[in-house]
Amino acid sequence: MVTSRRIERRVIELYRQGVVTGGCYTGIGNEATSVATAWPLGEHDVLVPTHRDMGSHVVRGHEPLAIMRQYMKRATGQTRGKDSSLHMGAEHSNIVGMISHLAHMAPVAVGVALAERQLGRNSCVLTTVGDGASSLGDFHEALNFAAVQDLPVLFVIVNNQYAYSTPISLQYACERLSDRAAGYGMPGETVDGTDVVEVFDAARRAYERGRRGEGPTLVESVTMRARGHSEHDDFKYVPSELLEAWWRWDPIERYERYLDERGVMTSDERRSLNDDVDQDIERAIERARSEPMPEPATAATDVYRDWSDGWTVPSGEDWELGS
Amino acid sequence: MSATTYVAAIREALDEEMARDERVFLIGEDIGHFGGAFKATEGLLEKYGRGRVVDTPIAEGLILGVAIGAAIRGLRPVAEMQFADFVTCGFSQLAYNASTFHYRLGVSVPMVVRLPAGGSVGGGPFHSKNPEAWFAQVPGLKIVAPATPRDAKGLLLAAMRDPDPVVYLEQKYLYRREKGELEGVDAIELGRAHVARAGRHATVVTYGNTVSMSLAAADALTSEGYDVEVIDLRTLVPWDWRAVVSSVAKTGRALVVHEATRTAGFGAEVAATIADLAFDRLDAPVRRVTALDTPTPAEKGLEQFVLPSPEKIERALRDLLAY
Repeated sequence: MVTSRRIERRVIELYRQGVVTGGCYTGIGNEATSVATAWPLGEHDVLVPTHRDMGSHVVRGHEPLAIMRQYMKRATGQTRGKDSSLHMGAEHSNIVGMISHLAHMAPVAVGVALAERQLGRNSCVLTTVGDGASSLGDFHEALNFAAVQDLPVLFVIVNNQYAYSTPISLQYACERLSDRAAGYGMPGETVDGTDVVEVFDAARRAYERGRRGEGPTLVESVTMRARGHSEHDDFKYVPSELLEAWWRWDPIERYERYLDERGVMTSDERRSLNDDVDQDIERAIERARSEPMPEPATAATDVYRDWSDGWTVPSGEDWELGS
Repeated sequence: MSATTYVAAIREALDEEMARDERVFLIGEDIGHFGGAFKATEGLLEKYGRGRVVDTPIAEGLILGVAIGAAIRGLRPVAEMQFADFVTCGFSQLAYNASTFHYRLGVSVPMVVRLPAGGSVGGGPFHSKNPEAWFAQVPGLKIVAPATPRDAKGLLLAAMRDPDPVVYLEQKYLYRREKGELEGVDAIELGRAHVARAGRHATVVTYGNTVSMSLAAADALTSEGYDVEVIDLRTLVPWDWRAVVSSVAKTGRALVVHEATRTAGFGAEVAATIADLAFDRLDAPVRRVTALDTPTPAEKGLEQFVLPSPEKIERALRDLLAY
């Protein structure tokens, strides 16, 4: 959670300096969910996270360097400048790289689960949307079919109170988003998304059910989007009292208190851990900044896995009959 | 050997490839016991079981999203839309998800989407669409459009072996009207046009439903001493521009024919390419015969008024030849 938070704080600063460009989305305030839902998964399990799930990427071994390269759109980044932010994924992390149509990743997650079963692997799949994307048809279609097929998918709705500027009062009329689970024939529960232990327990239960062949689970994790939709957004539409109140439920501070109460970690140990994380991040930033931007001509590559140069229709300026 | 219908050729290709490659599986609506709305998958559930012939709820976005998820995990899904028209319900999955995985992440998406397309069957506005131009605007997708049973089989085999997402346009009108010998048909390389009729005086460039109409029109003109070449593109992305340009360079006259609507149709791309690459060899303007820019009407007379026919093609050819 600390690594995720600190990476994103630095990404925001780099965005303001113009080093990170384009959309700058973060999951600040959401770390408990992104970390605790990913934590119980094994290396063969698959994640289909969103642009606010930095914590999941960190848990799955995406180092600060890989993340900074991607955010800075370097040639060395996972998408080589062709996409940005957390639109990343890799084989070693078993993360499927998202598109911006968030709800449309839910059927993909179900397809992954179907394939894993067909390939004889008992893998679980985690996929996330926000309250916003939970209104789309593709999300509904995915939940419904996952239940029909008894697939081991954990669907998490991170209810962070706003879809861009639209408050939840304008998005749905049920009491809790997890109430919808009954309509799909799967268990659903709502958890405190600022309590990393509570989220972890709910996620672990869901994966255990999934591995026993008992199908998917819907978890609504209630939290707060502590920043704007993207960093260009001043989020004035959020009442300041609400934000202040939420900050008292900062998942990181909550967990620190939890650790303090149990004497698991001293504040000195915590400080030293945070320093290590910061050093790691700074080294990553320095290195990523020194690396090249992609060559412009690479923009025209890799549209297809299999494409012959001769298939591209030339311009008459460059081509003559008989050539 | 008895002649095989176009739809039976599709079934034969599916069957052979499923037997050859365990990764191939089918997903769609009513494709199991019912055998598909057009019986293209009849008998395959019984032969390969539920794991490889997956019936779904009516949810096209789900079907396509699941296919993507399965493809990126190493399976080879063949998704069926009941009618090409309904692919709009899952459009984003093709337009943004399937088509960008390789470009963004280097991840291959080896899937086929079968789209029963086309008019002349009295299907009306919602069961007659020729949607190729929508998809031709999506870099990352390949598009095939067979006109004969041999090509239906050979191109489907190639599509199922291709590492990229392939939109396979099958013509409902041809399902049981076109018959052919399938002896020895193997995968037909994508991007290769077929000279359906050799000639010297004009070139018709076409694909799908209008290939047989164009051949009929060409035959009708032989008694007047005209010898018309008919090129069946077979694949639209990538398309065989070399075959088209060299034919037009020989004949000096080009007529582009398709059943889809006119404005910004695929024929406009072909005509522009001919104008660019073979301008010096043209003895006449490049002409088009297409559907009118209307929805496809339901009543037979109205539909005939809107869609191309051998007579309309013959008329256009006569005019072009006299120019």
